[in-house]
Amino acid sequence: MNIQYLKTDFLVVGGGTAGTMAAIKAKQASPESDVLILEKANIRRSGAIAMGMDGVNTAVIPGNSTPEQYVREITIANDGIVNQKAVYETGRLGFSVIQELESWGVKFQKDHEGNYDLKQVHRVGKYVLPMPEGKDLKKILARQVKRHKVNVTNRVMATRVMVQNGRVTGAVGLDVRSGDFVVIQAKAVVLCTGACGRLGLPASGYLYGTYENPTNAGDGYAMAYHAGAELTNIECFQINPLIKDYNGPACAYVASPFGAYTANAEGHRFINCDYWSGQMMLEVYKELNSGKGPVHLKMYHLDDDTINEIETILWDNERPSRGRFHEGRGENYRTHGVEMNISEIGLCSGHSASGVWVNERAETTVPGLYAAGDMASVPHNYMIGAFVYGRIAGENAMDYLRDLEHVEPDADFLAAEQARIYAPMEQPEGVPHTQIEYKLRRLVNDYLQPPKSPNKMDIGLQKFVAYEETLNLMGARDPHELMRCMEVHFIRDCAEMAARASLYRKETRWGLYHYRLDYPEKNNEEWFCHVNLKKDGAGHMELFKRPVEPYIVDVDLIEEVYDVAVR
Amino acid sequence: MALTSQRVDVPVIVDESKCLEKCVACIEVCPLDVLVKNPETGKAYMKYDECWFCLPCEQECPTGAITVQIPFLLR
Repeated sequence: MNIQYLKTDFLVVGGGTAGTMAAIKAKQASPESDVLILEKANIRRSGAIAMGMDGVNTAVIPGNSTPEQYVREITIANDGIVNQKAVYETGRLGFSVIQELESWGVKFQKDHEGNYDLKQVHRVGKYVLPMPEGKDLKKILARQVKRHKVNVTNRVMATRVMVQNGRVTGAVGLDVRSGDFVVIQAKAVVLCTGACGRLGLPASGYLYGTYENPTNAGDGYAMAYHAGAELTNIECFQINPLIKDYNGPACAYVASPFGAYTANAEGHRFINCDYWSGQMMLEVYKELNSGKGPVHLKMYHLDDDTINEIETILWDNERPSRGRFHEGRGENYRTHGVEMNISEIGLCSGHSASGVWVNERAETTVPGLYAAGDMASVPHNYMIGAFVYGRIAGENAMDYLRDLEHVEPDADFLAAEQARIYAPMEQPEGVPHTQIEYKLRRLVNDYLQPPKSPNKMDIGLQKFVAYEETLNLMGARDPHELMRCMEVHFIRDCAEMAARASLYRKETRWGLYHYRLDYPEKNNEEWFCHVNLKKDGAGHMELFKRPVEPYIVDVDLIEEVYDVAVR
Repeated sequence: MALTSQRVDVPVIVDESKCLEKCVACIEVCPLDVLVKNPETGKAYMKYDECWFCLPCEQECPTGAITVQIPFLLR
């Protein structure tokens, strides 16, 4: 096989929301430096917002809200387990991100007086800003990447980060079309590979019928782990209330400001806030399992003009195939509720809190390794948070690497990784990746889907550990299949992390996300902390408590309990 | 190991009478890289059943040759 050697000052792994911004900001900070985006798809249509986005959910706009108010709301929504300094940055820098996006041609909704038309979806405060024309967001970002003279290598998938002498020295990967082995030397690396959206198996049984873009298979979680970085809050799963079978957003964030709401089969409200939190998900779970389920997004009480407007927004952005899904079933928002269900589990800090540990400078615990977006640990960060942390990572990395030199890759490391990647090509008649992945993700559903039982999770953990051997049975006939095989490795790593972290935290927190049947109560005395994990010196997964950083915004968590149930 | 081929109803349908032989627009934008050209005919087809029904292929096709269906299991 061919080997490609590349060299860059700053390597951005993943060209989605966070990655494109990280690269642009790095070039703005240091135009003479060489910046490279490595993307396993094509940056014009990749990442979580491949088809655009219909709004931003964490917009702190002066005159409407303050970073302090935002930090307070997210602290309460995430049951107190937050690094407030990191959340604060999303509030502090979000507005300048919005202004810069506007200067690039992204349109945000404004009222008749020209003010930002913010909507309330959170329990307290207005942070949702619609983007009814958000479908070309990714193309606009790709144009700016080009304008800033960032180098882009599409269709190359990173598989491991290189670490030598205690600092990051680059990454290796696979050209998913030619099959070339790719070695990239870099002085700093930011991982922006998105969520682990392919962890649980969707109820439809279709491997790629996920909420997240299925290319986001937990690549960054696994690569950061193997690089020795800490991960955090992994037991705080991502579980979403989604359109049943379609598995996309219903989408109450867009529709609720128009008067839509989540209702039970009797058409009644059972939650008074549609913002996605673990506690809200627990209420959905309870309602689904009561005699009053199933639940649906109710719009049929709204007038025709309002529904037309909602349809235009929902069917043109984010997941535009939603319209044809309803059409195919003969369903109409004017006459039918949108039947909703609880999704399979995933890992995603953008919606919940699980991710690679980063501080307010986007630094992981490995020098020279940064993380941003859905895979970095800033809770409830959504798209604005991905832009903000991409920017922070890009700017800080250029500062960090200024006086560093490249390091020659370690030959033994390269040989071992090459052997690992290409093993499935040696046995093209081996078990197809589809079957290996299907069984793994079905086991995730069987043993990890909340509510969490310790005995079941123990069995699951044993199966995920034993699955290392099963992965050796995989066969690939071409580089494309090889890419999928490597993704199954990432998914297995994430499954093991999810099981171990869930077993470690012996309490219930974040509503359904970490609902332990054997410890059904919150226990602040012992568990008001992060659960972090990392690969220890012997290659084992080590778990430990990490204290919550002192708050910078006062929140009385005893008084202010997140509760959205309608009683 | 014995492998068998299985018939699958694929989400991405290409109208070969409209597909341009020298065009790779759909192939370049697919996030999951599931579309390829048939080397004999030069027409695009869905080689791997790994679709997020996200629609860039359909929207970027200059001749309207592509229709994306919701995958059968979800439909």
